[in-house]
Amino acid sequence: MTSPFPPPPAALPDDRELLDTLHDRLVAAAGDRKLIDVGYRTVDSPVGVLLVAATDAGVVRVAFDSEGHDRVLTALADLIGRRILRDPRRLDVVARELDEYFAGRRRSFDLPVDLRLAHGFRRTVVAALPTIDYGSTASYAQVATIAGSPAAVRAVGTACATNPVPVIVPCHRVVRSDGTIGAYRGGPAAKRLLLDLEAG
Amino acid sequence: MPPFERVVAEHGAVVLRVCRALLNPTDAQDAWSETFLSALEAYPALRADSNVRGWLVTIAHRKAIDLHRRAARTALPMGELPERPVPARPEGDPALWAAVAALPEKQRLAVVHHHLAGLPYAEIAALTGSTPAAARRAAADGIATLRRLHSTGVLS
Repeated sequence: MTSPFPPPPAALPDDRELLDTLHDRLVAAAGDRKLIDVGYRTVDSPVGVLLVAATDAGVVRVAFDSEGHDRVLTALADLIGRRILRDPRRLDVVARELDEYFAGRRRSFDLPVDLRLAHGFRRTVVAALPTIDYGSTASYAQVATIAGSPAAVRAVGTACATNPVPVIVPCHRVVRSDGTIGAYRGGPAAKRLLLDLEAG
Repeated sequence: MPPFERVVAEHGAVVLRVCRALLNPTDAQDAWSETFLSALEAYPALRADSNVRGWLVTIAHRKAIDLHRRAARTALPMGELPERPVPARPEGDPALWAAVAALPEKQRLAVVHHHLAGLPYAEIAALTGSTPAAARRAAADGIATLRRLHSTGVLS
């Protein structure tokens, strides 16, 4: 038997607005009840649309367009928790600081960062990266020394390439000893752009 | 399992339709909110092979009944479901919604759950405490009434 109703679940344009309102209300109520594992939003930037995601502890993930935001969110659901909601308000301050950084008006981030996605030595490396000042660079070997394992140059490379919070945790300031730029989660062009931005 | 945001994006519209078909406009919005808040709470324990839409519609159905009971306690005495709920902002044909609202309760539930929410008759039967065959019959009777109204020009 055919149905006299349009097939579900497409929303009519009129409903879109109401569903947006209901979504906002849901996020607010869920936040009050501490039911959100990860809140996220996107931020436009010169290196493309960035996905920024935060737990109650701080920014847990920054992802480039090329990583596939949907794929990243699905991975976060597996790694941290499924209660993931688009929550722009939770990330207002993060978005503002990123805007200021890309406009050249901010040299460091005053944001809590949650490094739970980096483990062991990688976490040690990532935690040490903010010691590299804005506008300067360090070699993978230098970072290995800072992290307390001078021989672990290759592992530093891996740690930087898998930094869960790029841009905010400045793995882009780590380059090869021969002066070439090295790998980057957002691609070499994005790394170059960030280094040029910081060079002023 | 997908992030909960995707669940809201994929099923939010259907749940809203179901709530509207069962409740008045204000209660429909409350039922939507309560449905997704409960679903969010329970989501970590949901099995990967679950029918997510059916799960949500089941929650929405229970929330709708809760809201009716609450309204019944505080306002005019009412049965489990109102006689003629009016959609908040009628989508599609308002006359069709009015006709759905005017169906007997069993038919209305069967039509809404099957044709709007896509639930199989077995699940509708579990929700309404009847049998799959009875749910199928109720939906067929409801649709027949809507068709009759349509062919006589009451519905365009």
